[in-house]
Amino acid sequence: MRVALVIRRPAWFPCAQSVIDDVFFPVRTHGVRHSRYSILAVAGMVALAACTPHDGTNEFNDPYEARNRAVHDFNKDVDRGIVRPLASGYGRAVPGPLREGIGNFAGNLSLPGKMANSLLQLRPGDAVENGVRFLVNTTIGIGGLFDPATRMGAPEVETDFGETLHVWGFPEGAYVELPFLGPSTERDTVGLIVDMALDPLGSALGPDERWIGRGTSVGAGLNKRFTYSGTIDEVLYDSADSYAQLRIGYLQKRRHELGRDAMPDYFDPYDDPYATPYADAYATPLEATDAQ
Amino acid sequence: MRSDATRRHFLMSGLAAGAALTVAPPARALTTPEATALIDQVVADINAVINSGRSEARMLQEFERIFVRYSDVPIIARSALGVAARSASPAQLSAFTTAFRGYISRKYGRRFREFIGGSLKVEQARPYKNFHEVKTTAYLRGEAPIEVIFLVSDRSGRDLFFNVFIEGVNMLASERTEIGAMLDQRQGDLDRLIADLQRAG
Repeated sequence: MRVALVIRRPAWFPCAQSVIDDVFFPVRTHGVRHSRYSILAVAGMVALAACTPHDGTNEFNDPYEARNRAVHDFNKDVDRGIVRPLASGYGRAVPGPLREGIGNFAGNLSLPGKMANSLLQLRPGDAVENGVRFLVNTTIGIGGLFDPATRMGAPEVETDFGETLHVWGFPEGAYVELPFLGPSTERDTVGLIVDMALDPLGSALGPDERWIGRGTSVGAGLNKRFTYSGTIDEVLYDSADSYAQLRIGYLQKRRHELGRDAMPDYFDPYDDPYATPYADAYATPLEATDAQ
Repeated sequence: MRSDATRRHFLMSGLAAGAALTVAPPARALTTPEATALIDQVVADINAVINSGRSEARMLQEFERIFVRYSDVPIIARSALGVAARSASPAQLSAFTTAFRGYISRKYGRRFREFIGGSLKVEQARPYKNFHEVKTTAYLRGEAPIEVIFLVSDRSGRDLFFNVFIEGVNMLASERTEIGAMLDQRQGDLDRLIADLQRAG
């Protein structure tokens, strides 16, 4: 209730601190860790207010390109030297069903944080779906190792604090590539920090359990790197400009996620202004090549 | 999700439209059932390949064939080339289109490899400006379903798809970026790009 009131206020920057304190940290069990993150988060939010608004689907705003490219080269070295060999070893050594179980387990632990974000976005239906999922998979799915909830019609609703900021009306900000973490935007970077601080389940667990959570999410990440190695390798190592490919890929995917089912502003190549001199693609010179 | 009866209806009208296409002039507007029928066909072909149990090399060849058969390669090629298409000679444009066709079908054929063992399902179609958006879902083993959108147009004179969105990431935009970067690396030399494209992908 209090959350809803805060969000509806038009001038809500002064409220940012109280939103963070009241909603995310009602119980200060790990005061030091939390307050450090909350200061970072608020600093990030203030920085976001200065971001230029941006709505285009295929456009990008990349004022930090030079620095981003340096980080990109670093990330590629990390992938080549550490992540890719590790993922390949993990994928070959650990049998598929076990990797899947570890991925399910890590995904299950992330659900309480997603529920909190859905509530902050005033999407109670999403929160309930992930809540049902969490209950079903934790019990019937044996602590989250199995995923019966998807078969029962409650697939995971993907969300995070970056989306919450989007719902609250914050602009995307500039594109950034983060060391180790990869492509992001200014808004999603703030979201990432808040999500780390938010982690309601992590706060409820003891330090040992938290390490299990982190270990399994590393496993889940390695499994993703292994499963999608074809596409990831192609983007990183086979494209002419891997930085530009990753940037356009990330931004399109992210905007698509945030837009939910909204009809995007599709580009019509048949009306392409660059193509006017050759308006008829089927004119004589191309006819021969088109014939199958 | 559609019932089998409606699906049959779509398929039948698609067949009827296919028959009509051979006699009717191409000026007639594409309808939603026709767009759906094309993608139903694409999806059926892809499903047949990913569940055929053939060797991977063989599947890649099949994917290439599907790509060439159902997509509007000339328009995709020209759009990927972007501004450079303006100054290209007709002969260069023609050579580029041929080279691009091999490159793009190899590359996206490989991408469909991730669907092996899974299945694709047509969900819904809706008109957009003067083309259609057809939504499909890829169900993969042990993964959350993936949304794959095809954009279908009949502006070429045939019903063909001209763009694919996998989880929002679209082929035209990615290829324009890629071809642009390749052209930059070759100081804008289109002939060198064409030669290299025949080996790329």
